[in-house]
Amino acid sequence: MTKFHELPPLAPPQVGSKGGSALIALAGQPNMGKSTLFNLLTGLNQHVGNWPGKTVERREGRFDLKGRLVRIVDLPGAYSLTANSPEEIIAREFILLEKPDLVIAVVSAAHLERSLYLVAELLALGTPLVIGLNMMDVAEREGIRIEPHVLEAALGVPVVPMVAAKAWGVRDLLDVVEEVLAGKRIPTPRPPEIRPDHARVLSEIQTLISSYLAHPYPADWVALKLLEGDSEVTHMIRETLPAEKWERVHEILRAHDDAFLAVASGRYEWIGRMVRAAITRPRVGQIGLTERLDRWAAHPLWGLLLLAGILGLVFWLTFTVGTPLQDWLERAVVGMLAGWASEALAGAPFWIQGLIVDGLIGGVGSVLTFLPVLVIFFAAFALLEDVGYMARAAYVMDNLMHLMGLHGKSFLPLFLGFGCNVPAVMGTRVIDSWPARLLTILIAPLVPCTARMAVVAFIAPAFFGTNAVWVTWGLVLFSLLALVLSGTLLNRLLFKGQRSAFIMEMPLYHLPNLRTIGLLVWQRSLAFVKKAGTAILLMAVLVWLLSYLPNGDLNTSYLARFGHLIGPLGRWMGFDWRLTVALLTSFPAKENAIATLGILFGVSPEAGLTDLLTAAYSPAAALSFLTVTMLFIPCLATVAVIKQEAGSWRWVAVSLALFLVLSFLGGAAVYHLARWVGM
Amino acid sequence: MIASTRLVVPLSEVPPGERAWVHSFHAGRVIENRLASLGFTPGVAVEIVQNYGRGPLIVTVRGTRVALGRGEAAKILVERSEQDDDQIS
Repeated sequence: MTKFHELPPLAPPQVGSKGGSALIALAGQPNMGKSTLFNLLTGLNQHVGNWPGKTVERREGRFDLKGRLVRIVDLPGAYSLTANSPEEIIAREFILLEKPDLVIAVVSAAHLERSLYLVAELLALGTPLVIGLNMMDVAEREGIRIEPHVLEAALGVPVVPMVAAKAWGVRDLLDVVEEVLAGKRIPTPRPPEIRPDHARVLSEIQTLISSYLAHPYPADWVALKLLEGDSEVTHMIRETLPAEKWERVHEILRAHDDAFLAVASGRYEWIGRMVRAAITRPRVGQIGLTERLDRWAAHPLWGLLLLAGILGLVFWLTFTVGTPLQDWLERAVVGMLAGWASEALAGAPFWIQGLIVDGLIGGVGSVLTFLPVLVIFFAAFALLEDVGYMARAAYVMDNLMHLMGLHGKSFLPLFLGFGCNVPAVMGTRVIDSWPARLLTILIAPLVPCTARMAVVAFIAPAFFGTNAVWVTWGLVLFSLLALVLSGTLLNRLLFKGQRSAFIMEMPLYHLPNLRTIGLLVWQRSLAFVKKAGTAILLMAVLVWLLSYLPNGDLNTSYLARFGHLIGPLGRWMGFDWRLTVALLTSFPAKENAIATLGILFGVSPEAGLTDLLTAAYSPAAALSFLTVTMLFIPCLATVAVIKQEAGSWRWVAVSLALFLVLSFLGGAAVYHLARWVGM
Repeated sequence: MIASTRLVVPLSEVPPGERAWVHSFHAGRVIENRLASLGFTPGVAVEIVQNYGRGPLIVTVRGTRVALGRGEAAKILVERSEQDDDQIS
C-alpha cells in the first residue's frame, strides 16, 4: 500500500500467544535512563540488532516476571511521536502495529515538563501505559520535589518513582507492571484534550479521511498528525485518499499552516496543569553542578583544551595498555596457534599448511589483535557518553565541523579514527541525523590510523632521513586536507550542501554506570568479532590464495600477474609492479605492505629491506607510495564495518570508488610534483 | 500592555544571563517540530546560558539545557524587555 506498510513485520512473537507471556515496549526521550532500566531488567539476556530496513539499533530482551515470560523491546529514544527522525517513526510504528501489551514510559523527574511531552503523545495512542518516574535522586539534588501520587491521579496511569542507576524502585515498577498485565489494575488515562479552536478543524478532517484509513491507525490520531504537518502521515493520506478528498484536506491544512505550534502549545499547557500540583517544590535558582562544570567544559577555549587533554589521555592509554597487549596477542597467542598448526600439519601438503597457518590463522590473528585497541576506544567512548561529556565535546567542536557541512557530533567518531578506523565508523552511531552520519562514515577512513602510520614510520626514515618527521607531518596534514575537501564535496554532491540542524540537549552530568558501559563495550566488541570477523577471515584467506596460486610463489602468483596487468596505472604514480602488489596486499591489514615488499625483494632481515628499497626507488616514488597508502581504500575490517553501519553495499561501493579515485589522483599529483622539484 | 515595551530580536542576539520569551520561528517543518517538542513554544521563557557572539549557544528552556547552532538560534525570534539597553549590534 503506502510507505507506512512497507516495514516488514518485526521479530515474530517467539514466546507463543498471550497468557503465559507478554510483550512490553520501553519508551522514552533520550537521556532519561531508559537503557539503564533495560539493562537492569534483561542483563546479558538481550539481543542487539538493527530495526528492519533502518540503521537504528534495536534491542530486545526477555526476563521472568513472577512466572510470566516477558519479551521487552527497547524503543529508540524519541522526543515526540512526529516523523522528525527514524527513531520517532520506529517508536510509533512499533506501538501501533505490534500492539504491545504494555508500554513503560521512562520520564525524568529532573526534566518532568519536557519528558511528559512524549507521555502526552503516548496517552493519545490509547496504549496501556505505566510511567517510570526516573532520576528522583537527580531531581532531589537539583532541589525539585515531586509527589508521584498526585501525578498519578492527574494522568490516570500508574506512576512509579525510581532511580534506575541504583536499581531503586525497579521492584515496585515490576509489581505495578505485573498488576496491569494481570488485569488487577486498570489504568484510566486522561489524554490531553484538543483545544476548542482546533476541535472543529480536527473533526472536519476526521470525517473526510475516516472511511479510507487502514486498520491500525486511529482516525483522530491521523487527523492530529496531519494538522501537525507530519511528513509520513501526510504522504500516507495523500496516497490513500481519492484526489478530490485529498484536495479538500489539503486546503484545510493550508489554512491552518501553523497549527502544529498550537498543538505543541496545547500539550505543554496540559503538562503544566499535570505538574502544577505534583511538583511541591520547584527548581530553585541555585547553580547546579552541571552549570559549574559547563563554565569550563563548554567554554570556547578551556573546553577545547579540556577536550584535547581527555583525548590525549585516551591515546596514552591505547599506547601504554593497548599496543603492548596487541603485541603480546600477536606473538604469544597467534604465534602459538601457528606453531601448533604447523606441527599438526607437518605431514599435510604444503598448500594446506600455508592456507591454514598463513591464511586462516593470520586472519584470526588480525581480528584478535584489533580487539585490545577497540575495547579501549569503545570503553572511553561509552564512558564519555554516559557521564554526559559527549554533548560538550560536540558543542565545542561545532564551529570547526561546520566547514564540512557537519556539526559537532561528528568530531569524536572521526577523532577515534587516529587510533583505528573501525571504532570511528562504529562510533558514528552517536550522530542522530542520517545524512550527517553517512557523510561521517564515508570520510572517516581518511583519518590516518596507527597501522598506516606504521607503514609511514618504516619507509619515511629510509628515504628522507632527518626530514622524515616533516614528511610524516605533511602526510597527516595532506590526509586531513583530503578529508575536509571530500567532506565538503560529498556534502554538495550527495546532500546538496544542506547542513543538518544542530539542536542538541545538554544532559545533566552524572556518575558513570559501569553496568551500562560494560554492556556497551561487550556488545560492540561482539558485533565486531561476529560480523567483521567473518568477512576479514574470508578475505584474508582469499588474498592469501591469490598470492600463493598457482605455483606457490608470490613473484608469479595471480596477484603478481594482476599487479603487472594494472602496471600502467601504477606507473602514473611512479610504481613498479612490486609496489602495486604491496599496495593490494595491504587490503587485509595495512601493515602487510611492508611484509609483502620483504617477500618480493627476497630479503630475510628487515634492515636489508630499506637498503634495497632506496636502491630501487626514487624519493618521489616513495613519497607517492606513502601518499597512496594514506588515501587508499581502508583495510578490510573498516570496509566490513562500513557495510554493517551504512547498511548497504551501495555505500560501500561509493566509499571504495572515492578512495580509489582519490588515492590515484593524489599519488599521481604528488609523484609528478616531486619529480618536477627534482626529487 | 507589556508587549509594547518589548523588542523582537533573534535569539542569537540575546546576551548570556538574560531571559527572553519565544515569539515565533520559521525554520522548516522538521526543525520547527523538533524545537516545539523540546519545549520551544510561543510565550515560553528562555534563559541564555552561554553566547559568545559566535559559534553555537546554550539556552535553558523548561528546565532543560539545549545547545543550538547559531544558524538555528538566528531563526528563533524572541521578545526581550526594553529596559536592558545593552543591545549587541
